[in-house]
Amino acid sequence: MAYKDKARSFYAQQLKGIRDAGLYKEERFIESPQAANILVEFPEGAPVKEVINFCANNYLGLSSHPEVVAAAHKALDERGYGLSSVRFICGTQDLHHQLELKMSEFLKMEGTCLFPSCMEANAGLFETVLDKDDAMISDRLVHASIVDGMRLCKAQLFNYKHANMAHLEEKLQESQNCRFRMIITDGVFSMDGDIAPLDKICDLADKYDAMVMVDDSHATGFIGKTGRGTHEYCGVMDRVDIITTTFGKALGGAAGGCVSGPKEIAEMCRQRARPYLFSNTMPPSVVAGSIKVLELISRSTDRRDKLESNTKYWREGLTKAGIDIKAGDSPIVPVMLYNAKLAQDVARDLYQEGIYVIGFFFPVVPQGQARIRTQISSAHEKEHLDRALAAFKKIGAKYGILGLKKDEIIAKYGM
Amino acid sequence: MTEEEIKKLIVDYVIREYLDDDTTEVKPDTKLISSGIVDSFSMVSLKTFLEKKFAVKIPDDKATPQAFDSVNNIISLLREFGINPT
Repeated sequence: MAYKDKARSFYAQQLKGIRDAGLYKEERFIESPQAANILVEFPEGAPVKEVINFCANNYLGLSSHPEVVAAAHKALDERGYGLSSVRFICGTQDLHHQLELKMSEFLKMEGTCLFPSCMEANAGLFETVLDKDDAMISDRLVHASIVDGMRLCKAQLFNYKHANMAHLEEKLQESQNCRFRMIITDGVFSMDGDIAPLDKICDLADKYDAMVMVDDSHATGFIGKTGRGTHEYCGVMDRVDIITTTFGKALGGAAGGCVSGPKEIAEMCRQRARPYLFSNTMPPSVVAGSIKVLELISRSTDRRDKLESNTKYWREGLTKAGIDIKAGDSPIVPVMLYNAKLAQDVARDLYQEGIYVIGFFFPVVPQGQARIRTQISSAHEKEHLDRALAAFKKIGAKYGILGLKKDEIIAKYGM
Repeated sequence: MTEEEIKKLIVDYVIREYLDDDTTEVKPDTKLISSGIVDSFSMVSLKTFLEKKFAVKIPDDKATPQAFDSVNNIISLLREFGINPT
């Protein structure tokens, strides 16, 4: 046995370092389905507490929707629990093919290739379609899975300041000699909740003959008038080349992701993307549940409409209460506290008030930009939002931050 | 180039490439990576800039976050590649 004292003490020391730096991530046990109200045991062994959830990616409240659960049950009964195979050996059921067709139709793309997660879609895409003669030109705040995917790819890497079009144009000029160039961005940025200026990005892509790739994981299903995503919101549905997205957030929240785009790109992913070729197929129940979700959100926009009005109500309520938030339109609403300890203290006190939120700080967000990220769902009712607003006011008053702007909060608590 | 000129060249690049406003002061000993001004992912631009400007190839095992953590550290790194201020 190689795992002797030397290795044990090494890892124990590393973990101590993580704890000492205040970066240790504690997991909280949830003893109910995902919903607006959840039952949480935290810390371990503490009595279970009912809290309102403001940190799930359950934007459309479909994670526990009865029709989705029923569709998954039916597939479980009729198609089994798992397929014990990758897609190209014996892991493709007609259901997988159906979901790929429906997803292409929903996003208005030619083809779709499913992956076990969007993390794997992003890990596999770039090295499949780009090579050393090509360029990846990425926004600096893209999701970690894109960063990992780009690291696996031999193409030259350029990155531009967040949403800064002049800087993007500089990078497009610098990379003029490359064969293919791909501009890479999140649709909605997960920590700030802002939406990439895809109209301007597509203009630059046209001017410099580059492709546009968008990770729309925090957008598919609810951003844009019919919930197609940021390409719909920005009026560029026929100008974005490739979208990667997830079934693990608004679209039922179970698992799975995909690459959607030109049919050759989807086909190349089937042939060459390593996370697609070497990981197991999505289970039938999850595929059937995802198909049901697409049916539900294609049938009616009620859920995304309610999410939009909830978001507006929440943003206005926080602003009126004097809470400093990042402006925007998305249901990701960061409450800015700037100081890491303050973010953790406020989150802890809100939990005591029955509001489940988490503090984020460096290195998850840039230094001096600690925050509590609140996420709104169409599963929230007005009572949930009102109760949470009251709690934010109470705790905000306790720390004396109501009505304070960035500089004043920093002057009071430091960065 | 003198050491002062090299320092100014790098400081100017860091400000232009990484900062959105000019309120953050960058000095030769300002921490770049550990302070979060430059994240490890964006460091590639700085590496490419140095390679082009000084016509050197910095291997990945030398382009560490520590070696890039301040302008002074970068000057030391460049010395390893024979770039000595006049």
